[in-house]
Amino acid sequence: MSEVQSWIDNAVKNHDVVLFMKGTPSFPQCGFSGQVVQILDYIGVEYQGVNVLESDDLRQGIKDYSNWPTVPQLYVKGEFVGGCDIVREMFQAEELQSYMAEKGISAAS
Amino acid sequence: MPMDAREIETMIRDALPDATVEIKDLAGDGDHYAAIVVSEQFRGKTRVQQHQMVYEALKGNMGGALHALALQTSAPS
Repeated sequence: MSEVQSWIDNAVKNHDVVLFMKGTPSFPQCGFSGQVVQILDYIGVEYQGVNVLESDDLRQGIKDYSNWPTVPQLYVKGEFVGGCDIVREMFQAEELQSYMAEKGISAAS
Repeated sequence: MPMDAREIETMIRDALPDATVEIKDLAGDGDHYAAIVVSEQFRGKTRVQQHQMVYEALKGNMGGALHALALQTSAPS
């Protein structure tokens, strides 16, 4: 595994909820990343944001890691959940909240 | 170069011939699209797998020429 792949693997396994995104949670630099940030903030789970714009290796590395062509990418307990469309669809169907609960991720009340 | 809606639709239909494909040009700029794809082949697959199938149909254009394609997939109800 290359250095960037093992860095990603580590990040995904050491945090319960990780969002690979363009920009940061407080300053998203892409509308799709911004939407996922809003959803996660709305349901009140804690998450680690990783800004892929900080490194081209990381930006490409995350796409290779998941075999998924776009960013943002949400990971929960090491598992790839999906990109913006999937997260939004799950949220609107109220599945995201129950998915988090199933995974033992508690929402701040 | 951005792709036009017809091109996106053709690529998806080539890979998923039974699919109903609806493409919307979200911003009217030929660069931000939404696609709704309904195919029997999605049945029993997770959302991630369904989206992967569409991305495969787009043969590497997703994330490149197509940076903004909002995707919604499902099996026929």
